[in-house]
Amino acid sequence: MSAVADSIDPAAARTTDALAGWGRRNAWTLGLLVFLAILLGFTKLIQPSYGVTGVQGLAISVLPLALAAVGQAIVVISGGIDLSIGAMMALTNVVAASQMQNQSEEFGVAVVVGVLLLGVILGAINGAVVVATRVPDIVVTLAMSFVWAGCALLVLKTPGGGAATWIQELLKGSIGNEWIPKAAIVLILIIALIWIPLRRSQAGLQIYAVGSDRLAAFRSGVSVGRTKILAYALLGLFAAFGGLALTASTGVGTPVPGPYTLLSVAAVVLGGVSLAGGRGGIIGPLVAVIILQLIRTDMTFLRFDPNLAVVAQGVILIGVVMVGSLVQLRRRRA
Amino acid sequence: MSGAADSVRPRNEWLTLAAWQRLFRDRPLVPLLGLLAVLLIVRELARPGVFTADFLGVTLRAAVPLAILAACQTLTMLTGGIDLSVGAVASMSGFLVATLVNGQGLAVAIIVPLIAAVLVGLVTGIGVGVFRVHPLIMTLGIGLVVLGLANVWQLRMVQTGAGVPPAMRSLGSDRLFGILPYNLIVFIPLAVLILLALRRTGYGRMLYAIGDNPVAARLSGARGWQVLVVLYIISASIAAVGGFLIAGLTNVSSVTLADSYILPSVAAAVIGGTSILGGRGGYAGTIVGALILTVLTSLLSALGFPEAVRQVLFGAIIVAVAAAYTRVTGET
Repeated sequence: MSAVADSIDPAAARTTDALAGWGRRNAWTLGLLVFLAILLGFTKLIQPSYGVTGVQGLAISVLPLALAAVGQAIVVISGGIDLSIGAMMALTNVVAASQMQNQSEEFGVAVVVGVLLLGVILGAINGAVVVATRVPDIVVTLAMSFVWAGCALLVLKTPGGGAATWIQELLKGSIGNEWIPKAAIVLILIIALIWIPLRRSQAGLQIYAVGSDRLAAFRSGVSVGRTKILAYALLGLFAAFGGLALTASTGVGTPVPGPYTLLSVAAVVLGGVSLAGGRGGIIGPLVAVIILQLIRTDMTFLRFDPNLAVVAQGVILIGVVMVGSLVQLRRRRA
Repeated sequence: MSGAADSVRPRNEWLTLAAWQRLFRDRPLVPLLGLLAVLLIVRELARPGVFTADFLGVTLRAAVPLAILAACQTLTMLTGGIDLSVGAVASMSGFLVATLVNGQGLAVAIIVPLIAAVLVGLVTGIGVGVFRVHPLIMTLGIGLVVLGLANVWQLRMVQTGAGVPPAMRSLGSDRLFGILPYNLIVFIPLAVLILLALRRTGYGRMLYAIGDNPVAARLSGARGWQVLVVLYIISASIAAVGGFLIAGLTNVSSVTLADSYILPSVAAAVIGGTSILGGRGGYAGTIVGALILTVLTSLLSALGFPEAVRQVLFGAIIVAVAAAYTRVTGET
């Protein structure tokens, strides 16, 4: 009897243990997914006509913030924070729109490549200033947000410019099944091409290491400065993607930064990434972005004052984070 | 020989880097006042007329609301926090005054926003102190809530109409003999109170202690959460007072009126030598920091730069000053 039990149980126990461990590690993300599912059901309940067009609209409206949240997540995981991401998005947005106006479609491709490169450079500058001056990240990026917003105003004084047709078409409609919006595919492609290889590479591991303990990372031979600059450069790249998404979805460039800085920080924290660094991934922030947008949509369906949607976002941000830290405090005591 | 060397060294010591670093670290006000003087002189060269009652009065008047909102940042930064809700709270208080004064009278119109600010601060303080939510996130979320509620209130009050009361306009924008702005009546007692509280009271020391080493502060018997709850109530109340002055200065009542003050208020505290990591700094430096930023703004517009270039230079100079500070004092 006992021999049989012994011979069967370890393997089974190992799989259940692994599953339970995976569940514990991703409990926050799983909880968010459940919350999102409930929210989607609720949306369908209050607005029975919510369907294909709703999902497509959701995908397009979520895209810039989703990209910003991924970028912000990378920097927060590395132990920093970038409060200039909104200004960087505005700058890349106006550069793209002003260069694409009245140009050929082929030139548009060159502009996209150039703008992505610009984003990497902007981010790397932020990171290099943080590393070189040793001034806290929050102060440097707060000040740099003035610089990038000023640059955006230099490029375009008022909203204007244009966008190549192909980039606008890139986000419109669906592909294959009508339930799969193109915008979502674009987002998944960008993440699959950049985040997944990074996560599995040495550089990705170093970003987590630096975020969780700088000194330990340094002593294990990680170049802390270079890793931080890399994280900021990646944020710049995602900010540029976000700026391009704004260009594509609005068709113009707007030199005034949107609410993306604060919302990206909110989404990152809601998504279970610790502001102390070293913890979390990007799935959580992505789900959080969708939740934040869906709440806004639901409030419109319920004919609430749209201003109450802002209140709801704030309350949910505070509430969720409070619950999260309460759980952590309990666990520490236990 | 050795006597000659000894007599030479003390004179040279003033010229060494170490001596400068000591000066910066021990007396941060000296280099800051020096920077302020340099900025004033450059401004005088760019466009003469700095040392007139009018320019000084206008500069002081503009610096006071910034210094008041920067007080919120200084106090919270001493504990390692930050208060990003000052913009929303200040706008809300100015807006409430403007909408309430016609129906309810000035006294009610001033008391209601103060009560609202205390409630906002209480919620923030509980979040930060009891639930240990990161101050950045807590004040960010509270800022959203306050902004949204102010917007809802605005829609309600659309018929009543709003106007900044004359008394508040006078307090916020008039000047005695053209040089002393009336808003000093609010600012000087507030500043003295903050300076004294930070230096002479147990509560002030507690703020430094919590920011410097929260664990040590707790082990020596400080009730961190009580200190933090009171701190954020104080911070929100100061922001509300700042909102009164900003509404009086601009004669505008808008729910986003003070949003443009958020970043400069953090910058003023940082330039003034308060560490965002907590435990180091003070309000005197912040006041000079607010003056520096105000003169810098005036200098950049006197040089005839367009708005965009001014923003770029403003940000770049803040980074440069903060970097110089960190480099010279050796603080990380």
